[in-house]
Amino acid sequence: MALSEKEIGTLNEIAWKIRRSVVQTTQWAGGGHIGGGLSQVEILVALYFHYMKVDPENPQWEDRDRMVLSKGHGGVGLAPVLAEKGFFSSELLKTFNHTGSLFGMHLDRLKVKGLDASTGSLGHGLPIAVGLALGARLKNKDWRTYCIMGDGELAEGSIWEGAMAAAHYKLNNLTGFVDRNMHCIDGCTEDVMSLEPIGEKWTAFGWNVLECDGHDFKALGEKIEKAQQLDDKPTVIICHTVKGKGVDYMEDKPEWHYGGLDTSMAEDALKSIDRMYNKI
Amino acid sequence: MSEESGLTYSVYDTDHMTPAEIYGHVLAQLGEERKDLVALTADLAKSTKIGKFGEKHPERFFNVGIAEQNLFGIAAGLALAGYVPFVSTFAVFASLRAGEQVRTDICYQNLDCKIIATHSGLSFGTAGSTHHCTEDLAVMRSFANMTVVVPADGIETANAVRASLDRPGPLYMRIGRGFEQTVYEKENYDFEIGKAVTMHEGSDITVIACGPCVLQALEAAKELKESQGIEVRVLNMHTIKPIDREAIIEAVNDTRKIITVENHSVIGGLGSAVAEVITEEGKSCRLKRLGIPDVFAIVGQTDDLYNLYKIDAEGITEAVAEMLGKEVEEDDDWEDEL
Repeated sequence: MALSEKEIGTLNEIAWKIRRSVVQTTQWAGGGHIGGGLSQVEILVALYFHYMKVDPENPQWEDRDRMVLSKGHGGVGLAPVLAEKGFFSSELLKTFNHTGSLFGMHLDRLKVKGLDASTGSLGHGLPIAVGLALGARLKNKDWRTYCIMGDGELAEGSIWEGAMAAAHYKLNNLTGFVDRNMHCIDGCTEDVMSLEPIGEKWTAFGWNVLECDGHDFKALGEKIEKAQQLDDKPTVIICHTVKGKGVDYMEDKPEWHYGGLDTSMAEDALKSIDRMYNKI
Repeated sequence: MSEESGLTYSVYDTDHMTPAEIYGHVLAQLGEERKDLVALTADLAKSTKIGKFGEKHPERFFNVGIAEQNLFGIAAGLALAGYVPFVSTFAVFASLRAGEQVRTDICYQNLDCKIIATHSGLSFGTAGSTHHCTEDLAVMRSFANMTVVVPADGIETANAVRASLDRPGPLYMRIGRGFEQTVYEKENYDFEIGKAVTMHEGSDITVIACGPCVLQALEAAKELKESQGIEVRVLNMHTIKPIDREAIIEAVNDTRKIITVENHSVIGGLGSAVAEVITEEGKSCRLKRLGIPDVFAIVGQTDDLYNLYKIDAEGITEAVAEMLGKEVEEDDDWEDEL
């Protein structure tokens, strides 16, 4: 069932909080992958606050849906989502990147409650998600597996090994997302190593391909729901996003792939986010 | 072994089946008992014999095609879903092509996943260095959480596969191409991961071997005893990590002369692991590491290569004779220990 206006309003309110938390966590961490942490916000919020069956009281609940953040450097954006969902206290985010902390820039499943897989090395997440989806089928469980990939990450050959396998095994219980923010570390993906036509590549690999504005909950919701109804194939949703979304001075700037924030930069960033959500 | 462990393999079988075939059959049999076992390979179902599991349990068998990174990634996902994956491919691909997936997806997450790598060392001698694998022990034992096992023959492979199930966590087992001969004469011996097996008693010198080199060491020991009355202790160090420190220290104290033999580079494998224990204990000891020197091995029949690199019975005999002619410098507690 499509998201109602009220639900969209609630999700936007959560996204506002998450964006603020990503900025603060980056500041506490002394730097982080804030650009991609901000481009993926709506995808994660839609999943964790509407579509995924998870139980913060029982993080290992067998029947929960799984999410693999294949773009593992997005950890600085995922940890605030897991905290907001209630897997752990937001206070813990203040230790991000500190020596001995539960949280480093690439999150560790054995330390972070609610996390389904340790990721960080790019190209690893999709094959792991394929294994989880196969496991669900083998166990006759109806949990879904979601996998969020970065666009630059699609240059990794192992992504396409996983893509081929997911189609071969007809994993319609697997939904992939490509956070298409157009940038990898060294610049625009199309200058560094061109990925286009991305959709045609996934189609050729045997996937259903959907596209939408990755910051629009209504559009995202429709595609996530459509993916659940499609048979016989895994589905990938190419989410058109903006790197650094919400912070005016970061938006669409590859140099904000990774960065640190001093107090005044963080204040400006929070103000920019508040303006985005008409909070000022 | 047969009765106690519920397996039905005997010396008779090992005379008629290769270690890889036995592995395949044992795994298929374990799959009957354990519904949580799954098996995966990358287009090497026949070569690695893991296909035997697939014949019995097709729904729990995944052949992912020639894609080793994906192979170990999917195995990690299945382990996260609650299964115990057995993954088989050639050792060179498991340890190097997919080394990062093994390290990061499996070991870092401490997943209960068993890697049974075939065609290790120079067992695929004619295939050349692309398919030789003389580096895997060095790589695998450096991965935290990983257990590393090198069975001496088919019987031991069967024992090790079963024992691996009682040891949750990542485990790497290295076997050959399948032409290895039988070492054990009976099934009932004490196999425990991390515990060396004394194959031949001796007090003059100790040969510590693993994998197919155990048979070579045993033959050398028998020959040396018969022809010259030299007492060679032979230890089958089937577990490289965690290594049996006690057995090594005992051998040093008793014989003061140690030769290691392995179908692997002298850098980073059994020899290095033994050397680490000896030096950390501060023991005076002669040590010689037999193995593949720091070169890419030449192409050849496996037996010829064993001879060339002096890891066969002849090479071991030669090394024993040479070492027995050398002195060992005494250390402070020399008297206490002899």
